[in-house]
Amino acid sequence: MDWLRSLDPTLQDVLAALGRAILAIIPVFAPVPFIIWYERRLLSWMQDRIGPNRTGNITFSRTSKMIPSFLKGKKFKLFGLAQSIADGIKLFTKEDIMPTKTDKFLFILGPLIALFVALTLGGTIPWSGDRRFTPVADINVGLLYVMAISSLGAYGLVLAGYSSNNKYSLLGALRASAQLISYELAMGVSLAAMVMVTGSLKMTEIVAAQEGPLLGFIGFLPNWNIFTPFGLVSGFIFLICIFAETNRPPFDLAEAENELVAGYHTEYSTKRWGLFMMAEYMAMFTFSMVFSTVFLGGYHLPLRWEAIGMDFMTSIENSYLGGLSVMMLKGVVGLTLYIWVRATYPRFRYDQLMNLGWKFLLPVATGNLIVTATWIMITKVYGAAPGWMFSFGLYAVAVAVFVLLRSKKSTQYLDTRSVDMINQPARRTVDLVESKPEEVPA
Amino acid sequence: MNGVPLAGFIALSMFMFITGVVGVIIRRNPIVIFMCIELMLNAVNLAFLAFARYRFSSPTMVEQGAAGQMMVVFVMAVAAAEVAVGLGIIMAIYRLKENIDVDELNLLKG
Amino acid sequence: MKLTPELIIFGMLAGMAALSAVGVVAFKNAVRSALCLVFTFFILGFLYFALHMEMLGITQIVVYTGAIMVLFLFVIMLLNLGASHVLEEKSDPKKVVGLTFGVALAVLLASQIVPILIKVQAPKAMPQFGSPQVIGSILFTDYVYPFEAVSVLLLLGIVGSVLLAKRRLS
Repeated sequence: MDWLRSLDPTLQDVLAALGRAILAIIPVFAPVPFIIWYERRLLSWMQDRIGPNRTGNITFSRTSKMIPSFLKGKKFKLFGLAQSIADGIKLFTKEDIMPTKTDKFLFILGPLIALFVALTLGGTIPWSGDRRFTPVADINVGLLYVMAISSLGAYGLVLAGYSSNNKYSLLGALRASAQLISYELAMGVSLAAMVMVTGSLKMTEIVAAQEGPLLGFIGFLPNWNIFTPFGLVSGFIFLICIFAETNRPPFDLAEAENELVAGYHTEYSTKRWGLFMMAEYMAMFTFSMVFSTVFLGGYHLPLRWEAIGMDFMTSIENSYLGGLSVMMLKGVVGLTLYIWVRATYPRFRYDQLMNLGWKFLLPVATGNLIVTATWIMITKVYGAAPGWMFSFGLYAVAVAVFVLLRSKKSTQYLDTRSVDMINQPARRTVDLVESKPEEVPA
Repeated sequence: MNGVPLAGFIALSMFMFITGVVGVIIRRNPIVIFMCIELMLNAVNLAFLAFARYRFSSPTMVEQGAAGQMMVVFVMAVAAAEVAVGLGIIMAIYRLKENIDVDELNLLKG
Repeated sequence: MKLTPELIIFGMLAGMAALSAVGVVAFKNAVRSALCLVFTFFILGFLYFALHMEMLGITQIVVYTGAIMVLFLFVIMLLNLGASHVLEEKSDPKKVVGLTFGVALAVLLASQIVPILIKVQAPKAMPQFGSPQVIGSILFTDYVYPFEAVSVLLLLGIVGSVLLAKRRLS
């Protein structure tokens, strides 16, 4: 390592930054085949199917002389893990088809932008407590950086849809751009509340602020944002918004296969389609990481080790590999949630999507922001206890009001069952006829 | 940016502004004209920030330097409002005439 | 003037910004113009970073490339203005006049401004200069009235655009 130290300091900085960038990309890039396999297996388990379980099984011959004796007749199961590799090889060796009259430059650019976004999104996420390796750049606008990069994701979809010269692709692109703009707002406002609590936009400081005792007095639990009342509301909104940002079900309107063939990537196949899929899975994983950094205490486990006398765990969490493992674990939890939701909810109708974003998530996020500001002010003026009483009391009232309203009125925005037009085509109409005139929604 | 003279930033800002002006004059697609106006606004933003950084970045003059940054914040906010309304107008015109060539929009010509 | 790494980086960024700014005007296809503008704004964000204005640089990317330009592309696609038959721009004597005017303006401004400003070099870096803390504290104290006025303006913008874009029922 001496020759590294003998270099010009500027060059050293550049090399260190490059190394950190590679270290940030590998944990996002390498798990993609596992993520795809995990999604297919978990989804098939939830849908009572088997899913890919054969590819990659190796059975050695019992009679051949080429096989060493200890391997004869042995079976090695990979549980279908090699399926992703086989799919990848297939995609990259298929004939490359580009429809005539496409805008070639933009057609190629689309998936590249999607990949760029997915790779750079994690640039400010601290993967562990070791500041030599991570994050790539601890800039003082780290959380806004995530917002900025994720907002660029719309271009990949829009360019792909526009350049394909196909009506369905164009419709998918239009839907994607409108959806991303709409959900970016609620996402920003929900994150703003957490920024106010932390007092900083730096990702490392957001993690550090979640290391204290929960609510200031429960010693053995860390003060994760998701455990505080406003953090819970913010986290819920942010979670819905990242489903929408990554175009996952039930928000996959941009690629709704029973209306738009395949939406923005109808005309894509081979490598470019593979790039889109890779970008989608990487974005899912990275957004789970952002979620765990902002709401789930980053690279920490949900116990305060020094309070229960296990200080050695803290040093494990702060080492590079330890922190990375915890983050990966949280990423897998996030992915499981993604897949679970995909298996549970049917796709939204377009008006339901817009209503949910603009009429439910944005007002709730704004209300949450106001409550958070009031809590900060009360805590500063009167102390911690009245602040917690205020916020818990307010949210209890809010939940009570919501439950009361929900039991009385049909919840038009949240009712996903009305999507099911095949089994219950006349459900709405029947509702309207049976209800009294004054209860008909305007 | 040590070693970069202020003139570099101002020259870039000037170039972008003039490109915007020329674009507004020679193009007939109102959306492109609109984009050229955004280009001009951004050129001005760059000039504001460059002057703020080069003129006022000593520790005693943070307030004065912030004046330039505040202008940029307000320009961005106003630009966002302007784009929302402007694109609404363009869509309304398109719906009315099925054509948005600025040379054909001459109803107000006596 | 010494050739420092900063100067080289600035030259590259400025060159890309200038080229794509020309692209906005030069491309006939509205979608390509819009993409050039997106790229210009993206590079401008980097230039703001170079000036130690992290907050405004990232705001530039969030607001301009993330929101405003997506809106532009949305409208271009909604009206399908990218299709060539919608708006054919013919060659026009106006273009020559406009270009001449632009070059004259450039020469005039450059001859007056550049010789003076070429001498001004950057003072020492002040890391907190463009940080969110500084911007926030000044925005919510000294500039709170303009801030509120802008918020009213944005509200008017929302109402106005909804009114304009709404289809009349009658």
